Amino acid sequence: MKKLSARRRHPLAALVVLLLALACTGGLYAAFAPADKAQADETAQSLAIDEGKKLYAVGCASCHGTGGQGTTDGPSLVGVGAAAVDFQVGTGRMPAQQPGPQVPRKKVIYSQAEIDQLAAYVASLGAGPAIPSEEKYGPEGADSAKGGELFRNNCAQCHNFTGKGGALTHGKYAPTLEDVDPKHIYEAMQTGPQNMPSFPDTTLSEQNKKDIIAYLDAVNSDDTVNPGGLSLGGLGPVSEGLFGWIFGLGGCIAVAVWVAARTAKAKKS
Amino acid sequence: MSSQDIPEENLPAAQRGTHAPKPADDKNPFADPGLPPHEHRIQDIDERAAKRSERTVALLFTVSMLATIGFIASFVAIPHDKSIYVFPLGHINAMNLALGLTLGVALFTIGAGAVHWARTLMSDEEVADERHPIEASPEVRAKVHADFKQGAKESVIGRRKLIRNTMLGALTLVPLSGVVLLRDLGPLPGTKLRHTLWNKGKLLVNMNTNEPMRPSDIAVGSLTFAKPEGLDEHDHGFQNEIAKAALMLIRLEPEAIKDKRELEWSHEGIVAYSKICTHVGCPISLYEQQTHHALCPCHQSTFDLADGARVIFGPAGHALPQLRIGVNDEGYLEALSDFEEPVGPAFWERG
Repeated sequence: MKKLSARRRHPLAALVVLLLALACTGGLYAAFAPADKAQADETAQSLAIDEGKKLYAVGCASCHGTGGQGTTDGPSLVGVGAAAVDFQVGTGRMPAQQPGPQVPRKKVIYSQAEIDQLAAYVASLGAGPAIPSEEKYGPEGADSAKGGELFRNNCAQCHNFTGKGGALTHGKYAPTLEDVDPKHIYEAMQTGPQNMPSFPDTTLSEQNKKDIIAYLDAVNSDDTVNPGGLSLGGLGPVSEGLFGWIFGLGGCIAVAVWVAARTAKAKKS
Repeated sequence: MSSQDIPEENLPAAQRGTHAPKPADDKNPFADPGLPPHEHRIQDIDERAAKRSERTVALLFTVSMLATIGFIASFVAIPHDKSIYVFPLGHINAMNLALGLTLGVALFTIGAGAVHWARTLMSDEEVADERHPIEASPEVRAKVHADFKQGAKESVIGRRKLIRNTMLGALTLVPLSGVVLLRDLGPLPGTKLRHTLWNKGKLLVNMNTNEPMRPSDIAVGSLTFAKPEGLDEHDHGFQNEIAKAALMLIRLEPEAIKDKRELEWSHEGIVAYSKICTHVGCPISLYEQQTHHALCPCHQSTFDLADGARVIFGPAGHALPQLRIGVNDEGYLEALSDFEEPVGPAFWERG
């Protein structure tokens, strides 16, 4: 004891005491806090489900049925998962405006908090893909070159080589991927909204999805450098040829007509 | 200076080479109106205007020279990977923009200068140049005929028949050497179009992950592309092989499959179809998971993948070939045979 009191004025004594105190607090927190947090989470989760159920009854139940079982107007939502809800409502596709070949992207009418509540409710109906966390679609560790290969193999047939979109049958179309939130791209691949096939993690791994998103960010965002400028929609040789024939040749003809129409004679006839 | 107050003494006195009008007569039933009187340009009359035109043309040519120098300078000075933002074009490569602009200006001003020169300074008088008859004069014709006969006689071709016949034979045979070279267009395809790399026991390998797949990996409504095991992207001839072996895998609810054979050849609702359109061989994978239709992007042929890939629209002649699949002992998806019919577009001997 004497030894201890003799060293209490040692310059490092304060540091040792501080470290002990920190370790003690940390240990206590680790022992007690997680349980509290889990309880809090569970409460918050059930609250979110309750709130989501109310929102669902108002905005979704008329087509998807009171329990999400689906009606003739809308498919069943059992097992579609939170990711599908976050995609459909988060891009404004749902609630749908009118029946038609395809429900278009439009103004988002729910706040993200409400979307999360709706997603929580629909996820409680049956297990399905969850909303991805940011590190799944963020740019860290992504290989955009590999993403390009994967995109051309899996996606480009409908969405065009740089994600400009394209036409399908009977009024359906693959929408452009410009300005689409990476989270929504991820969710679309996971859940296969509307007529798009899904690309689940078992056949297109999480890393693959991340690479594809990095590729799209490289070729199809506001900062994309277009070496030639004036991409004309990036639709390929049809639009480029049309532009060349109409504006290129048309411009030459217009100049020729303008030159020939003006007489160089001193007396204008 | 306007055209009205040009001094009279500056006007050229005579109009040279004017094509005079001719009235109609027996030989020519239509009167020839001749050319209208020549009118002068301001540059023909006023030397100061001519000087101005000269300076304009010289200015255009000088601009072209400067633009060419600008082209060379931008090629040397601008780093090739520098990008800039230009309002309507967006983010664009600076060097490409500079090269295009300077070369465009250089070419355009040469053309504009030449046009301005021709219109204002080169002579613009219309000159009628009468055509001469195409037919040669009778004396020349008679001489040519006589020369030809003389030549034929001297060459003894009419008398020495052996020379004539062998010459004709040689001339007939010589083009054959050109024809026989066409043989090198390649050996005949043989039965290559009838077989693919698929075979009994070949695993279906996911094109994305290069791993074999289990039935549980493939969800209803998903789309997966598969290649036969052992085929690597870096192999020599990969493109030739995948062009025939490309496969799309989808999963349907077994009760949604309308075609009996399709159901038999599937595994737990997983069906494998050739990805090559039967019209002209485009890769066809615009798959709509709700309607189960696959659309070809080239000519809009549409196949119902829930009904034996029957053609429901477009120019394709027959259904997409289906691959018989099952699982091996380890639970991986495998092919049970090659395609039963040749994949891709029809060909002459396909039958």
